[in-house]
Amino acid sequence: MATARDTSTNPARIPALGFRALALVALAVVLMYLDHRDNHLDTVRDFVGTGLYPLRVFVDAPARLWEWTDDRLQSRTVLQQEVERLRREQQVIRARLLATNALEAENARLRELLEAREQVQDRVRVAEIMSVDANPFRHSLVIDVGSREGAYEGQAIVDQDGVIGQVIEAGPFTSEALLISDPGHALPVEVNRNGLRTIAYGTGEFDRLDVPGLANNADIREGDLLVTSGLGGAFPAGYPVAVVDSITRIPQRAFAEISAQPVARLDQVREIMLVWSTPPNAGGTDADEDAREEGEPDE
Amino acid sequence: MSSGGLRHLPVILTILVALALSMVPLPGAAAPFRPDWVALTMIFWAISLPRSYSVGVAWIVGIVLDVAQGALLGQHALAMTVIVFLTVRFHLQMRVFPLLQLSATIFALLAVYQFLLFWVNGVVNVSAPAVSYWGPVLTGSVVWPLMYNFLTGVRYRVQLGS
Repeated sequence: MATARDTSTNPARIPALGFRALALVALAVVLMYLDHRDNHLDTVRDFVGTGLYPLRVFVDAPARLWEWTDDRLQSRTVLQQEVERLRREQQVIRARLLATNALEAENARLRELLEAREQVQDRVRVAEIMSVDANPFRHSLVIDVGSREGAYEGQAIVDQDGVIGQVIEAGPFTSEALLISDPGHALPVEVNRNGLRTIAYGTGEFDRLDVPGLANNADIREGDLLVTSGLGGAFPAGYPVAVVDSITRIPQRAFAEISAQPVARLDQVREIMLVWSTPPNAGGTDADEDAREEGEPDE
Repeated sequence: MSSGGLRHLPVILTILVALALSMVPLPGAAAPFRPDWVALTMIFWAISLPRSYSVGVAWIVGIVLDVAQGALLGQHALAMTVIVFLTVRFHLQMRVFPLLQLSATIFALLAVYQFLLFWVNGVVNVSAPAVSYWGPVLTGSVVWPLMYNFLTGVRYRVQLGS
């Protein structure tokens, strides 16, 4: 029936097509300008994003189902081995934690002596990745924790190995995160060995970060661990980021070419942790409170 | 009114499926070659039913795609509007093209689409490797004949039903 109407009445002329197309293109350009300049359009994004949530869950379902069946169908011996391994690991970690507790107490006393500000322990919450590479031009992923559960823009994301990225868009139910390997991502880091400060840039490859801007004679070696310096404000200090894997020093150039390999396996993560660090401002405090209400300080 | 709403349902469903396909996680090596499912679907409906599914629908779908992919709001809307405008403008010619020629036309349309995305990315400083622009154009024009047959099937089956 639709075709009958479509083709019967002089199909060559669609009324005011050019004008409508032009108006819509102009509207799209205005939207892009507003979106790029400042974030007036967050409500629009949230609104449409909420509408898309069921679709996201639907798309994510096969992966979840696979994981679920995988969990169910493992044989008894495999599970027992797993339990055994985890038990051993837990013992080791617990022993280490004892030492850490003592160190922490000592650190607090020393800080008191120095009259330094007390360091607040970071709170973390486990989140799951819903979809990766939503946008082929960026290294981003969507996670299942939104602003309702306290996620906020600029929040740091880590996994058990190191830093993964940060939240760039906190919707009500889901958030979008940018990986540290995104070409547009820069992260203030320091060399763990000597505190040398620099910045690690994403390259668009999952296994390489660029570390430009260090002089040829800078004290940095292959194998050095880079940790977050906390100077950018967004990331808490002291989380491992990457290991320096190649340094090329060309005498004529002012800076050495240094690349580092992220310690977190960015293309293989499934479960990640959101970090609520020392609140730098009021927004952070709210998030902290939310996190406490969630009652999942995973330590 | 209710019959009018029902008439749109199959088309909306195909667009939703295309949107879902564009959001499904793919292994890293295959990701740059994911066809632009949504763009292909919109081109098909613009050729078939240009009066109902023209630039306005394309714009709205583009905005939804922008949100789904976390892109700049308006980026895909702009590109989608332009290629659907071109499709509607030339839909009579495209209806009588043999399949091979039609695929070549789709290749050109997808290239325009990716070029607009590339252009906007350039203006706002999002850099991406070239394969992420050319991959979808190639795979898109390869899957087009299959897609065309499938959607034509959907279209006639649904119309027989109503």
